[in-house]
Amino acid sequence: MSAVFPTFRRLSGAGLVLALGLALGLGGAGPLAGPARAELRIDITRGTVEPIPIAINAFAVGGAGLGDTGRAIAGVIAADLERSGLFSPLAAGQFPPSADSVPPAWGPWRDRSVQAVVTGALAVEADGRLRAEFRLWDIFATQQLAGLAYHSTPANWRRMGHIIADAIYQRITGEGGYFDTRIVYVAENGPPDKRMKRLAIMDQDGENHRFLTDGRTMVLTPRFSPSMQQITYLAFVNDKPQVYLFDLESGANRLVGTFPGIAFAPRFSPDGRRLVFSLGTAGHTNIHSLEIGGTRTVQLTSGGAIDTAPSYAPDGRQIAFESDRGGTQQIYVMNADGSAPRRISFGDGRYGSPLWSPRGDLIAFTKIAGGRFSIGVVRPDGSGERILTSAYHVEGPTWAPNGRVLMYFRELPTAGGRARSAGLYSIDVTGRNERRLVTPMDASDPAWSPLNP
Amino acid sequence: MMRAKFICLLGAVALLAACETTPGKDKSESTTTTTTMVDPGALGGAGVGGVGAAGMAAPGTKADFEVNVGDRVLFLSDSSEISPEARAILARQADWLKRYANVQVMIEGHCDERGTREYNIGLGDRRAAAVKNYLIALGIEPYRIDTTSFGKEKPLVLGSDETSWSQNRRGMTTVR
Repeated sequence: MSAVFPTFRRLSGAGLVLALGLALGLGGAGPLAGPARAELRIDITRGTVEPIPIAINAFAVGGAGLGDTGRAIAGVIAADLERSGLFSPLAAGQFPPSADSVPPAWGPWRDRSVQAVVTGALAVEADGRLRAEFRLWDIFATQQLAGLAYHSTPANWRRMGHIIADAIYQRITGEGGYFDTRIVYVAENGPPDKRMKRLAIMDQDGENHRFLTDGRTMVLTPRFSPSMQQITYLAFVNDKPQVYLFDLESGANRLVGTFPGIAFAPRFSPDGRRLVFSLGTAGHTNIHSLEIGGTRTVQLTSGGAIDTAPSYAPDGRQIAFESDRGGTQQIYVMNADGSAPRRISFGDGRYGSPLWSPRGDLIAFTKIAGGRFSIGVVRPDGSGERILTSAYHVEGPTWAPNGRVLMYFRELPTAGGRARSAGLYSIDVTGRNERRLVTPMDASDPAWSPLNP
Repeated sequence: MMRAKFICLLGAVALLAACETTPGKDKSESTTTTTTMVDPGALGGAGVGGVGAAGMAAPGTKADFEVNVGDRVLFLSDSSEISPEARAILARQADWLKRYANVQVMIEGHCDERGTREYNIGLGDRRAAAVKNYLIALGIEPYRIDTTSFGKEKPLVLGSDETSWSQNRRGMTTVR
């Protein structure tokens, strides 16, 4: 196999300049019919939640050339909120007359059991920038809950939709949103004996999909930096696994270092300045870290076991990893300098691919027991292990930046000559709302970006 | 025909399954396949089938190694232990490597699909190292042997059953 460096296309950089927080004053509460109710709120950590019926009006458009964007941006917001499993957007055909009046006509919405309404407007301003504003209305409390305006280039209207959906989600749940994010993953296709694996990136709703490598070199385990627009991943070059760093803004792609042996399972530190990864030499796999751009690695584990899949805690002080030093794959936590490793998985089975939640409260993992795979979470002290989903093969959890939703990949059993088929799924940390993501071909190894800068 | 028979007689001491696929061969010379030899049919094994059909592979070549020596050993689940069958194959590999002292090899470790991605790269590396260490113990110079791991990413046999998995848990010795 010839060693061909993966080639990248630069992401067309649409720098989004947001003027956030132009809070819009109350649009005027209508006459109250009876006592005002408590403010609309969801507690998303409760066991079961009835989705909130919400109506999202097409945004009014002003200025030339916006065409159908008012309806399209409402569609992006509605799809994001619906996908969270917490909201149930009403179909436009069921809206009352004058649905987008400001303030809303409380009575007709209440008659349709709608609890929240969104109105908005788009306008291209004199300097060519797009202005998007929205208001979120609480139908039963008859008041405005939120009103914000944003500015950016017109091409960024989808991102503005995601940012607005995040603002609505945050106002009603009290949790940070996760819609203005991207997913990097491994796209797979081709016949079984010439399977092509390449890096791909897309918005979390599947739009703006593009390939980052051309498939001539096998690539695995892409991971997003928590602080910078960088991805680290594993590529087989001259038949050996090596760790690469790809800069999404500049398109620069480089080997992180040349190591004796094989390098794999890379992840970033929370400040994006360090990488932690596995180095395999003479059949022993230990965890090392290095400063990006530096030349020295620090060895964090030692011994003859397989120590891999390292993952930093969000405060950077500890690292979770998997090791078979005790005989079978289990999850361990150690200090970031490699001291005091302690086992935290004690259930019946093998545990791997630990990933610390951005909230710091949970560690997600893959569990293998009784011939089946599961995705689960556990507290960093090892207590409260909880399984979210089980199947023939599920693997590789990644967290949304709000620590409330996970994504993983699922593989189907293969039969006679058919290549493995794999797809991406998301699920709430409560174990509810499992959803398949639509990708152009088979997909595995997802990594969730932080909120876009 | 006579020549093919002669080669197979020689080979019978060292090689097992290849003779079975030589067309027109006397059945009495067939030797049983051990559990460590992959059924060539499952692979569409062109190399092995070619012995009888196309004549012998040139000695000292990659094809010679693959066809007449055996380029793979299999492992039990989660294990990197060299089995008795594997030792026999590696002994033949060592003999061949001593005969052709300029040849370098790469040993690839592979795993079945029933594990997580990162761990399997480590396990494949451990298997490749086990093969390398055994060859070194048999007298092959370490600098002639490189190792790598493909984890579970390059299965030989596509199937979700133990027969398939057992054939994917392998150490491949590749002549460079």
